[in-house]
Amino acid sequence: MANLTLIQAVNDGLKAAMRDDPTTLVFGEDVGPKGGVFLATEGLTAEFGEERCFDTPLSEDGIIGAAIGMAANGLRPIAEIQFQDFIFPAFDQIVSEAAKLRYRSGGQYTAPMVIRTPYGGGIRGGLYHSQSGEAYFAHTPGLKVVIPSTPHDAKGLLIAAINDPDPVLFMEPKALYRSVKGEVPEGWYTVDLSTLRTVREGDDVTVFCYGAMVPVVERAAATAAESGIECNVVDLRTLMPLDEEGVLEAAKSTGRVVTVHEAPRFCGYGAEISAMIAENVIEYMEAPIRRVTGFDTPFPNTLEHHYLPDERRVLDAIEHVHSY
Amino acid sequence: MDPNEAYSLIDADGQPRSKFTCALADDELKDCFRSMLAVRSFDDICMKLQRGGRIGFSIPNRGVEATQVGAAAALRDGDHIFPSYRDFGMALHKGVPPVEMFHNMFGNGRDAAQGRQMPVHFSFVDPVHFFSISSPIGTHLPHAVGAAHAFKVRREPHVALASFGDGGTSSNGFHSGLNFAAVMKVPVVFLCQNNGWAISCPSSQQTGSESYAIKAKAYGMPGIKVDGNDLLAVHEVMSEALERARAGEGPTLIEAETYRMGGHSTSDDPSKYVPKDVLDKWEALDPVKRLRGYLEFRGLWTQEWEDELVASLLAEHAAAAKEAEAEAPPGLETIFSDVFESLPDHLRKQGEAVFDLARRKGDAAAGEGAFPL
Repeated sequence: MANLTLIQAVNDGLKAAMRDDPTTLVFGEDVGPKGGVFLATEGLTAEFGEERCFDTPLSEDGIIGAAIGMAANGLRPIAEIQFQDFIFPAFDQIVSEAAKLRYRSGGQYTAPMVIRTPYGGGIRGGLYHSQSGEAYFAHTPGLKVVIPSTPHDAKGLLIAAINDPDPVLFMEPKALYRSVKGEVPEGWYTVDLSTLRTVREGDDVTVFCYGAMVPVVERAAATAAESGIECNVVDLRTLMPLDEEGVLEAAKSTGRVVTVHEAPRFCGYGAEISAMIAENVIEYMEAPIRRVTGFDTPFPNTLEHHYLPDERRVLDAIEHVHSY
Repeated sequence: MDPNEAYSLIDADGQPRSKFTCALADDELKDCFRSMLAVRSFDDICMKLQRGGRIGFSIPNRGVEATQVGAAAALRDGDHIFPSYRDFGMALHKGVPPVEMFHNMFGNGRDAAQGRQMPVHFSFVDPVHFFSISSPIGTHLPHAVGAAHAFKVRREPHVALASFGDGGTSSNGFHSGLNFAAVMKVPVVFLCQNNGWAISCPSSQQTGSESYAIKAKAYGMPGIKVDGNDLLAVHEVMSEALERARAGEGPTLIEAETYRMGGHSTSDDPSKYVPKDVLDKWEALDPVKRLRGYLEFRGLWTQEWEDELVASLLAEHAAAAKEAEAEAPPGLETIFSDVFESLPDHLRKQGEAVFDLARRKGDAAAGEGAFPL
């Protein structure tokens, strides 16, 4: 075991996967000698050579399109999109191509690949270095969406994603890159996709969250506990395909639900969780479901701390559904 | 002209390579020199403010001043600039007050964009149309084409200048922008500032073409490569391209060969990937030194004059930075305004909830996160 930051765990996971499988390769903008703008790919070119870790021209469309061709021909591409805010030139390749290749060819062609991309706010990155785009992608049939929140999960889920037979969007909460540390096993291991992680057990209120919101919710839950409200905090980890049974069980266990994400509210992931609960277990609910989210505005810079859900907002929602 | 050979008028010391007629009058030349020093001054102050933790981010401009000022000097009143984030030299030369730029750098309540964008992502309409800057690369090239079409339809004598880096030539917007411009034959000039690097990716890995200018041929427009550290050469080729555009003869692609002497941004450490000998080569081709040499050749320069300029620019910029730093941040309501022209009901409610929560639970605390970590 080593005590690693989340970004170190990503780096460690890439190395473990690349040592394990010679068909894996990493590419994107500045991932080579520089090691990525966040240093996620540091040392990969040195260890695996330029053929397996290399810089590309500045074209997200080209990066993902080429990854699909490689994936369909026996390689395991791990493409990096420098910031999720810059993924949109590749939206066509992801949505129209990678996600649909298996379906449209009856399984003759597939695109087992990973797209790693940092997402989210809290780094004073303004409109174009802060967005959380999970809803666009979780809405895309044929694409898996994974978001870790701990170093242990970052490495284990990343290796699982690399070994998955389908395309996976692996969203890394950049606000947590260096702000969380944790024990990470040495070598190769996986954390199963489509499994939930219970962060904290409690009988009063269930809080669903993921990514950089997990530590925020943990703090709010700790504060709530001081006034006797015990929260069941669930880290969703894989947004698509979601462990739906696990979500419904967790919702039923308290009958009071809060969902938290930093992405905008309208058509956000919290709406899906809320609808799922309403459709399946509404008779167990003791209070209306409350969503804590970013606002339905672009992501501001100077005022980002007002935009991002914080402990106050999460706690307020917990108290509201608890006292309803 | 050979699109693979850079057109140049003055040598490394600013001496004419051969006899030529300078299109810029004495006072215009001196004004350009002042602007180059202004870019350097603004740049230095921003770097210091960032290192001191007083602003979050900046984009170094050292080395590319001649391209930016030379291009801006060729524009006429009414022409529109579609810039990338390393183009503030154009704004300074066209007379944008430095204090307006510092309002953006500090993201305060007097910033035109209300602190919504990161530093150096400027937007101005007066005294020059300097289109709102986006971080995504190359998206603004088709915007310039559309603007140029509007000038054409409205019979206005303006030209749109789209400025971007060598990395931008790999973007979707480069292809669609140049393709549309040539098909629509609109008054636009594409200025590719080939500064050697797209963050850490060298220009040599950005394209298999012999040059960027040569790409113009396939799109059906002239492609011209120019010595981007020679302000006079940049000004001349820009002027010709603008004239062609204004005469209804369509777009031009100009590749200005220059060099980014600093990092990509304040978050980047170029010493990890920029070869020292290449940096030394370009240091010898410093654009400020070259224009200084030419001004001296023309009898328009004295050390005393430059010293006075540097001192007055420093005083002006330091005062502007101080004024901007003292300004209050934008009001909370600015999170919700300008999403649409009028405030929809759901945003009004989200805004009210912010104020309600602040009354009940106190204000949100600023986080400690910094760019890019």
